[in-house]
Amino acid sequence: MSNFEPGGGQASIVSVTDRVRPVALGASVSSAYFLGDRVAFVGAEENVSLVDAEVEISRVAVSGGGILCAVSDGKRVVMGGDDGKLVALDAKGEKTELAVDPKRRWIDNVALHPDGAYAWSVGKTAFVRSGKNEEKSFEVPSTVGGLAFAPKGLRLAIAHYNGVTLWFPNMAANGEFLEWAGSHLGVTFSPDNKFLVTTMHEPALHGWRLADNRHMRMSGYPGRVRSMSWSAGGKFLATSGADMVIMWPFASKDGPMGKEPAMLAPLQARVAVVACHPRQDILACGYSDGTILMVRLEDGAEILVRRNGTAPVTTLAWNAKGTLLAFADEEGEAGLLPL
Amino acid sequence: MAELSKIPVTVLTGYLGAGKTTLLNRILSENHGKKYAVIVNEFGEIGIDNDLIIGADEEVFEMNNGCVCCTVRGDLVRIMEGLMKRKGKFDAIIVETTGLADPAPVAQTFFVDEDVQKNARLDAVVTVADAKWLADRLKDAPEAKNQIAFADVIVLNKTDLVSRPELAEVEARIRGINPYAKLHRTERCKVALADVLERGAFDLDRILDIEPDFLEVDDHDHHHDHHHGHNHDHDHDHDHGHGLKHYHDEDMQSLSLKTDKPLDPTKFMPWLQNLVATEGQKILRSKGILAFTGDDDRYVFQGVHMMLEGDHQRKWKDDEPRQSRLVFIGRELPEQAIRDGFESCITT
Repeated sequence: MSNFEPGGGQASIVSVTDRVRPVALGASVSSAYFLGDRVAFVGAEENVSLVDAEVEISRVAVSGGGILCAVSDGKRVVMGGDDGKLVALDAKGEKTELAVDPKRRWIDNVALHPDGAYAWSVGKTAFVRSGKNEEKSFEVPSTVGGLAFAPKGLRLAIAHYNGVTLWFPNMAANGEFLEWAGSHLGVTFSPDNKFLVTTMHEPALHGWRLADNRHMRMSGYPGRVRSMSWSAGGKFLATSGADMVIMWPFASKDGPMGKEPAMLAPLQARVAVVACHPRQDILACGYSDGTILMVRLEDGAEILVRRNGTAPVTTLAWNAKGTLLAFADEEGEAGLLPL
Repeated sequence: MAELSKIPVTVLTGYLGAGKTTLLNRILSENHGKKYAVIVNEFGEIGIDNDLIIGADEEVFEMNNGCVCCTVRGDLVRIMEGLMKRKGKFDAIIVETTGLADPAPVAQTFFVDEDVQKNARLDAVVTVADAKWLADRLKDAPEAKNQIAFADVIVLNKTDLVSRPELAEVEARIRGINPYAKLHRTERCKVALADVLERGAFDLDRILDIEPDFLEVDDHDHHHDHHHGHNHDHDHDHDHGHGLKHYHDEDMQSLSLKTDKPLDPTKFMPWLQNLVATEGQKILRSKGILAFTGDDDRYVFQGVHMMLEGDHQRKWKDDEPRQSRLVFIGRELPEQAIRDGFESCITT
């Protein structure tokens, strides 16, 4: 992947654009997930399009309105909507209604636990339903900005104004509050369960080392960070928000404290979405000008997956083995790249 | 122009009991062929079935940028993001605030948030005021005064509950705070919806047309409306003949600036930015239409406290005087310094 051809001082990039299988979905896509070898492209409203490797598209109506949030464990996609419904969709296209808000309030956030438990939030309240189908709820002081399950145990991080509450749904005690002023939106645990990172309303990330709750400030972005992805093994956290991919190092016990981030794939456009390869030190990144690149973390070598001049990329997804990359944009143009 | 493809947002404010919900119900029930997404603070008060009514919690937070007046409505940011998934399903957005709300964080949300700004534009702040009780509230409720000062449009409601002299009195009080807002006298919020919704640049033109010391009453009892545009030559003195009193509110003032000479953009922009950066806490609202040297387009801007947004609006028309006009509404405005600063931006 590092065979750049020198020419006139301008590197011409290796391109695999001709290997992409285009998928025309016709409506804006918010996110995409692999369910086995099928891809579930979650629309901005109403529908999910299930697409197989031969680019057969089957559309499933999952919501009466806007689909506000979605998450997947590789077996199903769970989505919350502005119709107050939480629904799951499996690879066969079968829809299950998991919860309905009695007042039809928006379901803003959703998270999935590896053992089958799931969490969602409505306003200030986070709900968890465990594998045993017990439902519990927890109210935080302000509207929930994001939810994430810890990789171990049943522990839910609830991001809100001025910090994150860590809640153990199976314990009676109140949650543990990690304080940091500002509005916290997205939230993620490092795969080793040692760090917690939030995206903020301001163009910055905030992090805590969970052993001692030490703060980590990760700032300097020109725009809000909307996409985060852990590299294979959790060595780096790749992020959007700048005109290059910002990679925070998390391999040492101090995480990114006192370290500079690595910067990859600079372009004249904002990185909109990042997705690390599940096994190798490679990531895919999509830009506001429609460009998609694959980048090797070690040396920053780039491969072009999609050219610029198309709609902003909204989502990127790898299958579990890392042999297929799916992408989609704001206007419903999507693609599958076999590797 | 890009600004016009953005979804217009009307902020509906007003002190407790003034009639916001009445107006909202009218907007939603009237047959106007438009679909509104409505963000309300209290679910259930709206008697109309509409799947685009969203409950909000008025969660204000301070931006971490060291500026104490940079407060935004985090809940609105979230709701706007969700609504954008349903783009094309509605024509405009109405945000209702609670009676005790300061309009600044709502308005600022449309200036400060990159994503919100990309999709939506603040069309107008509409304040519903209670003709019977407003004068009292202006004395004891700072929120009520802020709501009047912030308004682009004031719906002076419940006029049937007051006598003519009382009405004249309350209008004069309003004009003492905000001489620029378009004022409509109503009973049960009966106002033509075109007068409160999707005002756009029209209001900016009109606002900047009025002399600050001119107490105009827009709606006469028999509802004849004079939309004169900016070349109107009607006799300003006739309204004074109604015997309206001039009030100068003790802490809220307005200031208007005007010049027929072109402004130097390299001087004006830094001056304006510096002015709102240093005096932004005192300046509640600012607006302007500007004629720059060597620029055939009108430049329009509006601001809330320290935040400004502006853009080229359209070409100056041939028969239109290339006049720059600005207004500021705020507390303890440093009038002379602002006038001097503005003068220094005129191209020599």
